[in-house]
Amino acid sequence: MKFDTPATTNPIDQLKVVGKPTDRIDGPLKTTGMAPYAYEQHEAAPNAAYGYVVGATIAKGTIAALDLSKAESAPGVITIVTADTVGKLDKGNFNTAKLLGGPDIQHYHQAIALVVAETFEQARSAAGMIKVRYTKARGEHDLEAIRTTATRHKDSKDSLVGDFVGAFSAAPVQLDVTYRTPDHAHAMMEPHASIASWEGDKLTLWTSNQMIDWGRGDVAKTLGVPKDNVRLISPYIGGGFGGKLFVRADAILAALGARQAKRPVKVALPRSFMFNNTPHRPATIQRIRIGASKDGKISAIGHENWSGDLAGGGPEDATQQTKFLYAGANRLITTRLAVLDLPEGNAMRAPGEAPGLMALEIAIDEMAEKLGLDPIEFRVINDTQVDPENPARPFSQRQLIKCLQSGADRFGWDKRGEPGKTRDGRWLTGMGVAAAFRNNLTMKSAARVKLDNKGVVTVETDMTDIGTGTYTIIAQTAAEMMGVVLDKVVVKLGDSSFPVSAGSGGQWGANSSTAGVYAACVKLREMVAKSQKFDPAKTSFADGKVTSGRKSIDLGKAAGVSGMVAEDFIEFGDLGKTHQQSTFGAHFVEVGVNVVTAEIRIRRMLAVCAAGRILNPKSARSQVIGAMTMGAGAALMEDLVIDKRHGFFVNHDLAGYEVPVHADIPHQEVIFLDETDPMSSPMKAKGVGELGICGVGAAIANAVYNATAVRVRHYPITLDKLLKDMPQIA
Amino acid sequence: MKSFTYERATSPAEAAAKAARTPGARFIAGGTNLLDLMKLEIETPPHLIDVNGLGLDKIEATDDGGLRIGALVRNTDLAADDRVRRDYGVLSRALLAGASGQLRNKATTAGNLLQRTRCPYFYDTGQACNKRTPGSGCSAIGGFSRQHAVVGASTACIATHPSDMAVAMRVLDAQVETVKPDGKTRRIKIADFHKLPGSTPHIETALQAGEFITAVTLPKPIGGIHVYHKIRDRASYAFALVSVAAVIQPDGTGRVALGGVAHKPWRVEKAETDLPKGAKAVMAKLMADATPTPENEFKITLVERTLSAALMDARA
Repeated sequence: MKFDTPATTNPIDQLKVVGKPTDRIDGPLKTTGMAPYAYEQHEAAPNAAYGYVVGATIAKGTIAALDLSKAESAPGVITIVTADTVGKLDKGNFNTAKLLGGPDIQHYHQAIALVVAETFEQARSAAGMIKVRYTKARGEHDLEAIRTTATRHKDSKDSLVGDFVGAFSAAPVQLDVTYRTPDHAHAMMEPHASIASWEGDKLTLWTSNQMIDWGRGDVAKTLGVPKDNVRLISPYIGGGFGGKLFVRADAILAALGARQAKRPVKVALPRSFMFNNTPHRPATIQRIRIGASKDGKISAIGHENWSGDLAGGGPEDATQQTKFLYAGANRLITTRLAVLDLPEGNAMRAPGEAPGLMALEIAIDEMAEKLGLDPIEFRVINDTQVDPENPARPFSQRQLIKCLQSGADRFGWDKRGEPGKTRDGRWLTGMGVAAAFRNNLTMKSAARVKLDNKGVVTVETDMTDIGTGTYTIIAQTAAEMMGVVLDKVVVKLGDSSFPVSAGSGGQWGANSSTAGVYAACVKLREMVAKSQKFDPAKTSFADGKVTSGRKSIDLGKAAGVSGMVAEDFIEFGDLGKTHQQSTFGAHFVEVGVNVVTAEIRIRRMLAVCAAGRILNPKSARSQVIGAMTMGAGAALMEDLVIDKRHGFFVNHDLAGYEVPVHADIPHQEVIFLDETDPMSSPMKAKGVGELGICGVGAAIANAVYNATAVRVRHYPITLDKLLKDMPQIA
Repeated sequence: MKSFTYERATSPAEAAAKAARTPGARFIAGGTNLLDLMKLEIETPPHLIDVNGLGLDKIEATDDGGLRIGALVRNTDLAADDRVRRDYGVLSRALLAGASGQLRNKATTAGNLLQRTRCPYFYDTGQACNKRTPGSGCSAIGGFSRQHAVVGASTACIATHPSDMAVAMRVLDAQVETVKPDGKTRRIKIADFHKLPGSTPHIETALQAGEFITAVTLPKPIGGIHVYHKIRDRASYAFALVSVAAVIQPDGTGRVALGGVAHKPWRVEKAETDLPKGAKAVMAKLMADATPTPENEFKITLVERTLSAALMDARA
């Protein structure tokens, strides 16, 4: 099915199942420990040996000598995989650095060996016996120092409209500030893990991966085998946040280890490898200039962004939202990429917008203060209902102002005081607001729908559920389309033998994958109707029956003894080009800052989101509060610290890389505005999983400013950055 | 993790004797720190002596009106003990500021004293560390040092001691009771128990080879207001940037010890005479000869402000 005209009324609009707050159907399996994650596929690969990864301990250079002798003769060791044992290895399309290094080393903790042994303990112990001698090479590890060497990446497009320089210098009110966001780790609960098993030249990989078909392609390319010979299975994923969009060393090394050991091999990356071995969100430096008239109308907006990555990598484009969020006739928006010898950067929850809004939405707050305007009013004045760069393109839906204004009412925004003036005992308190914005992406997505003679509908798609609730919204979609209760739907995900889906990334998964299921169900409905010689256009599916006029038959009976199978996909036409499709929200935060210690504690958070139809308000809320929590981490504590001498992330465990704990997040509220977006898909839905993190950091930063009258422009906002400006205590 | 052998001890003296017989042997109780270190091969003991069954899990009154805390009393139980809560509030508060509920249920009194630094370079076997590999150098010096020591550091090591409990014990003048491999017992003042790094940062305590902690004793209660302020970026489950343990008497005199600033719980008795004059006066001696890095000099300000607030609270 091609989606190239706006959606009209369709069976989803009944909202009998879709749109209802629904417990996740995979919940009981997960809470009882019965959902097998990648490393736990014991029944699928009962004879698996254990692989343990060895990582390089230099940032750049070569291996001068690799001594495996002691490890090879250690108890239980079956084989050791190194660059020397595997022959020619290609690199995946989605990888920047090689997943098995040697002799060249591209980054700290790049895998250089896999020890395969009978037990995990034997493999780990033997891994510690490998002796490596390196020849170090000089590398660049400091974005600040090499910022001027940055260049435009081939895929980055400058947005240059009007005469920015002239308009900015002529503007009566100007802001010119630079913000910094540090590198971030995904810090998902489940580490990257895989079990590999070969049968002849066919490989099965049980892995933890968000994008099955991308992964399948990259495994095949890396190993130099036909894609058809690779099967990826990833039914349950313990968090990804973008860190599992791509095949990583666990999968490739498990496959190589299994080939070499001639038996299944399982590999989980140690926790420390999550930080230096797998990708991270790159740090940014962002200069923002805003020029406005005295009544607050923006005449010039400039956003220049710098980030770094390994050679061949890509930028963290923190300017994405600035192209669309506010009006302004003169615009200068650029992103530049420097070459850094650090572990590779890549997508993390709302790549681009998450760090971009952390900067832009402080700038808006700063500018509002210069203008003497309430920051909500300033945003309202500069709202745009069209793409500012191309005014012929309207937004498909844009309820930013309503998000801000209804949130303000709900939150008690009118009680916000002057900066540094509100005290609650030993705490300075303050409120902050920020706009949330994330583009709506759509991806082709296919599904197979089976109907059996008991009226059970089974959906098969290689879509993944990374903890987001995909199983449930797909079941809701199929139940709505086929007119059955949720219990009559079985959902099977994450297997490359199923039709290729959108996968989970870029908050496109929910809308695109359910639209694919919708398309397959439309086909199945036609098959069922035709089997009964009903006119499909005049056939309804409800209460487990298929009905046309006065004729009605149980769905199971209509399916016949051998049942029916339909398969289709959704693909998207030009509606995303003719209309700017984005999701919007507003974040409100109240913080307390300890007047003695400058410790920052969040008191309450509110998000108001407008993101198309909300398919399952319960799991959508979970997505948003989780994203708000992640945003709180980015604002207040998350900081992958680079050792600029040695070129690696120093705090590479969860004691050193702090993410919020329960005590940091006291109260969260989420409101979804009523919205359907007929331009997005037949589901009229968009995504919320990334929208929820967008703007949170700035709302917190603005609340800290409102509490303390101290502006911090370098994340994370930790107490040491406030302390010298805190009030005297006698 | 290296392979190791394992046995259970049946008495404290036997545990000490067994430890002396196997070089590199370690006692294991709660294991909340040691097992992590073994998995990372930062500790590679060839032999573990399980001391959990030794009955050292009681808190008893001493003849001089104090408390004897068995070495194996779990942090949770110690924090919840009525006598501790009533007479040694600083200790109860310090314990509850540490780790998480799960860890406190497992972690023991002696183990808490013996936990090792959380310096990230100590935790990375790819980096030089004089504490892990004597003579290899210190990667933390000149590296990421936000968590590191600002007083008492050396050119060999700038690590901090991570314990909260030990800071409270330092302010309470606790003593550590031990038994040696030859069966002799001794008492070590908490002030002498933890060492400064000097040129031998791998030697962290006064314990001799095989020497086994049996108890920690607290002198009789000293009254006063008991304060434990732990300052951290995250509201829970984080090591202190700085912690201040203080016992302040109604006349403004008192004691103060710090966590998160040195290789050991930090207390300078001669600074305490200035407590009635306020925090600024105390700081001169308490933090004399401080050697902060640009990344951690904020700790000094933080100590002064936190102490100042604690003194105000005590007066209020």
